[in-house]
Amino acid sequence: MDDVLGLGPLLASTIRFATPLGFAALGGLFSERSGVVNIALEGMMLISAFAGVVGSYASGSALVGLATGLAAGLLIGLVHAAVSVSLQADQIISGTAINLLALGGTGFLMETVFGSGGTSPRVSAFDPVRIPGLADIPIIGEALFNQSVLVYLLYLLVPLTVFVLRRTRFGLRLRATGEVPEAVDTAGISVVRMRYAGVALSGMLAALGGVYLSMGVALSGMLAALGGVYLSMSLLSAFTENMTLGRGFIALAALIFGRWTPVGAIGAALLFGLAQALVVTRGSDVPIPQEFVAMFPYVLTIIALATFGGRAVAPAASGKPYRKE
Amino acid sequence: MEDRAPHRQGTAADTPVLEMRGVTKRFGAVVANDDISLSLGRGEVLGLLGENGAGKSTLMKILFGLYTADSGEVLVDGAPVRIASPRDAVDLRIGMVHQHFVLVGPLSVAENVVLGAEPGAAGLFDRGAAEQRVADLAARYGLAVDPSARVGDLSVGVQQRVEILKALYREARILILDEPTAVLTPQESHELFRVLRGLVDQGLSIILITHKLGELKQAADRITVIRDGRVIATVPGAGTSEGELARLMVGREVKLAGRRAAAALGVTTDAAEEPAGGADAAGPGGATAAGAATAGGGATAAGAGAAARAGPARRGPRGRGRRRCGGRWRPGGAAAGGVREDGGERPVRLSARGLVVAGVGGATAVHGVDLVELAAALAGTRPARAGVVELDGQDVSRLGAAQRGERGLAYIPEDRSTKGLVRDFTVAENMTVKTFDEPPFSRLGWLRPGAIRRFAARLVQAFDVRPADPDARAGSLSGGNQQKAVVARELTGEPGVVIAAQPTRGVDVGAIEFLHARLLAERDRGAAILLLSLELDEIRALADRILVIAGGRFVGELDADRATDEQLGLLMAGREMAPVGGALDPGDAAAGGRGTAADGHPPGSAPL
Repeated sequence: MDDVLGLGPLLASTIRFATPLGFAALGGLFSERSGVVNIALEGMMLISAFAGVVGSYASGSALVGLATGLAAGLLIGLVHAAVSVSLQADQIISGTAINLLALGGTGFLMETVFGSGGTSPRVSAFDPVRIPGLADIPIIGEALFNQSVLVYLLYLLVPLTVFVLRRTRFGLRLRATGEVPEAVDTAGISVVRMRYAGVALSGMLAALGGVYLSMGVALSGMLAALGGVYLSMSLLSAFTENMTLGRGFIALAALIFGRWTPVGAIGAALLFGLAQALVVTRGSDVPIPQEFVAMFPYVLTIIALATFGGRAVAPAASGKPYRKE
Repeated sequence: MEDRAPHRQGTAADTPVLEMRGVTKRFGAVVANDDISLSLGRGEVLGLLGENGAGKSTLMKILFGLYTADSGEVLVDGAPVRIASPRDAVDLRIGMVHQHFVLVGPLSVAENVVLGAEPGAAGLFDRGAAEQRVADLAARYGLAVDPSARVGDLSVGVQQRVEILKALYREARILILDEPTAVLTPQESHELFRVLRGLVDQGLSIILITHKLGELKQAADRITVIRDGRVIATVPGAGTSEGELARLMVGREVKLAGRRAAAALGVTTDAAEEPAGGADAAGPGGATAAGAATAGGGATAAGAGAAARAGPARRGPRGRGRRRCGGRWRPGGAAAGGVREDGGERPVRLSARGLVVAGVGGATAVHGVDLVELAAALAGTRPARAGVVELDGQDVSRLGAAQRGERGLAYIPEDRSTKGLVRDFTVAENMTVKTFDEPPFSRLGWLRPGAIRRFAARLVQAFDVRPADPDARAGSLSGGNQQKAVVARELTGEPGVVIAAQPTRGVDVGAIEFLHARLLAERDRGAAILLLSLELDEIRALADRILVIAGGRFVGELDADRATDEQLGLLMAGREMAPVGGALDPGDAAAGGRGTAADGHPPGSAPL
C-alpha cells in the first residue's frame, strides 16, 4: 500500500508536535486534579528544556540531560507548590511569575553558561529508535514507532495516568483533593501533601515535555513551522531562547478541551499537534501569506476553547487555596 | 412520632461515653463557648439546642478537632483526651455529620465513604472491595444506598446517609449530627430518626444539634440548651414543652406566631367565593400527619397556622382581572443551568396582590439549586433557557435584572455576602448600588455622597441595621444585619413583586422575626411575594400558596391553609401531584387546593 497522500509523514509530524503538549497536559492534569491551577507549565517546560541541554552538554549523555531536566521541573514544581499551597498565594500570579522567571532566567543563563544568547551548542539527544515489527506496519508504522524513546514513554504514561487516577489510593485522594479538599482533610489526609505531590508530578511531566523539545529530534521542523525559517540540521537538539513558544499554554488548553481526563487531554494534544503538522507539511501549498498560515494552530486553540471550554467542568476546588478553619 | 421507641435506655449508670468540662473558646473578643459542660451516656441521644450563633457548632468543632478549646477538658470513657485534629477524633471513634455535607460530588458513594482508609494492597484501591464493605455496612444499619452511585446525583437525604456511613465505616461510636434536618423533607427527617434509633440500639451514642424544638422532643433522650455560649439547662426530652424549650433557648417569651397577625389586612376578599375554612380538612391520613408534623415547627412558626387557618381566607382577587402588580412566570423549561426543562407550557402566576407564594425545594441533587436557579431566572441575573417571564402582563424575558428592577421587581438573593452586597463597600454605597446613577444620588455624572449617606442613614434606621452606621463596611456586619441591609435596599420604592430567596438563612431569631414581619408588611401593602425557601417552617409561617419544586419542575401547588406536612413532603420527594389541571391560565381557574381528593391530595386544579 502506497502512502500517496503523504499521511505517514503527516502523522509522524503530528506525533512530534503533540508529544511536548501531551507531556505538559498530563502535568497540568496532576496539578489541577489536586486543586492547583498550573499556568506555569510554559515556564516549567522552558527551564527543563534548558536544564536538560546543560546536563547533556556537560556530561555528553542524553540520560544525564533527562535527569537534570526532570530535577529542574521538580524544583520549579516545588516552588509553585510552596508559593500557592503553603503560602496560599494566588496561583495565577505564582504561575505567571515562574513563566517570567523562566524566560528571563534561561536567557540570562545562556549567556553565562554558553557565552552567547540565541541558541546553545548542539548536545547529545534522544535519537529515534525504530521498533522492529511495529515500525513495519504500512503507513502508520514508521510514524508511530520510529520515534524518540520519550515518545514511547508518553505512550506508556497515558494508560498509566488513567490507572493511577482510577485504581490507586493516591489517585482517589488526588481527585477528591481537587474537588472538595475539606472531605480529604476530614478523612485525615493532608491536603497540603496531596497538592505538593500533584504539583511536583506536574513539574516533572512538564519537564519531560521540555526535554523532548530541546533534546528530542523534531526540532528543525518545529522551528521551521513557528519561525517560518528552515534551520539546518546542525541546530538539532539544542536549546533556543523561548523555544517553548507558548506550548505550555496550548497544553493547558488541551487539558481543558480534554475535560481534565488523560485520554481527552492527549486527544486534544494530538489535534493541536495535527494543526501544527499541517502548517509545516502543507502550509506552503496554501495561497495565503505564511504568517497567517502559521497562526492556524493558535487560532484553532482559541476556537476549541471558545466552543467547548466554557462547558468543561474543572475540578471544583482548582485555583482555590485551602485554608483550614 | 407514633413509632417512638418505647425503650429509652437513658443515661447508663456507668461512666459517660463522652464528657466536656468547662470548655471555653474565644474568637478575639467574642466568647463563643463559655465554660460549657455536658455529658453523653452510652446509647443516649443528647439534643443540643440553641439559636444560630449560640455556640453549638463551635462546641462540636472543638469536639471534632477542628478548633482547639482555650480551656476546659474533654473526657472519653472517663479519661481525658486531647483532640487536636479530626484524625484524633476519628481515632477516638467520634464521627461527625456536618450541616453542609463534606462530600465529593463526582465520586461514588463507596469512594466517598472509604476515602482515607481505602481497601487494597500496595497503594492500590480495590473498588470492588470498597463497594462490598459499604454495602455490608449499609445493610447492617438499615441505610438504603447504592454504593456505586455518583454522590452528586443523589438526593439530600441519601447524601446524608452517605455522611453517616462515612462515620460508621470508621467505626464511630459517638456520632455528632449538626442540624441534620435542615434540608430534609418531613419524610426524610422521619426516616433519619428511625435510622438514629437503630444506631442507638446497636450501642452508638448520638449528639443531635438543632434549633428545631419539635424534632428534638421527638428524638432526644435529654436536651442541653445553650444560649450565648453558655449552658442554660439540661432537661429531659419527654415532658418538656416546646414553649419551655423555646423560652430557654431564646431567653424570653417567644411569639409563636407568624403571618396571622397580618391576616386582617389582606386584600379584599370575595367572601362568596370562599367556602368556609375547616370544612374540608385533609383526609384522615393527612390529619394525623399534620399533628405530628407541627412538632417540627421552629420557634417562630410552630403551630402558628393551626389557629388562623380556619379563619376567613385571604384569597387573591381571582376572577377580578389581573392586578397591577401581578407577576407571571411561564416555566416552559425555565431557569438556567441545572434546572431541567419543564414539559409543557404550564404558567405559574404569582398573580395578585397581597399574597405570599412560597416555593419549597425537594429532592434535588444539590441543596436548593432549583430554587436558586428559579430565583435568578425570574430576577434576570441568569438567562432562562426557555420560557417567558411576565411582569404586569408584559414580557420581560429579554430584559436584564436592572430593567426588571425598574419595573418593580425586587430580588433578595440567597447569598447576601456574594450576591446581595459588595462586601468591601460601605453600607451606604450598598444601599444605593442600584440607584446611584439617579437623582438625588448623582447629578451630571457626579455622585453626591451627602444624599447617599442621608438616604442610607434613613434606611439603616428603619430596618434596624446594626451598627447604625452608613459608613460601616458591609462585610463587617453580622449575617442578620447584612440581610436587613439587603432587604432595606430591595424593599425601597414599593416593589410590585418581591422575590426572596432563602431570606433568613443563617440569621438569628430576632432578625428572622423582623424580616418575616417586613415581608408580610409588603404583602399587606399589596406586593406579590415569591418566597423561595428550604425551611418548611418558614414557608408555613408566611405562605398563602405553596408551590413545590422537585427535580427542576413544579410538582404541585397547595393551599397553605390546608397543606399537611405529609403532602408537602411527598411533593418535595418528587411525587408529582396528579392529575394536573388543564387550565393554562390560573387567573381564570378555580382556586387551587380547594376541596380534597380521595387520596388526601387537593384536586388537580393546581394552576401549574
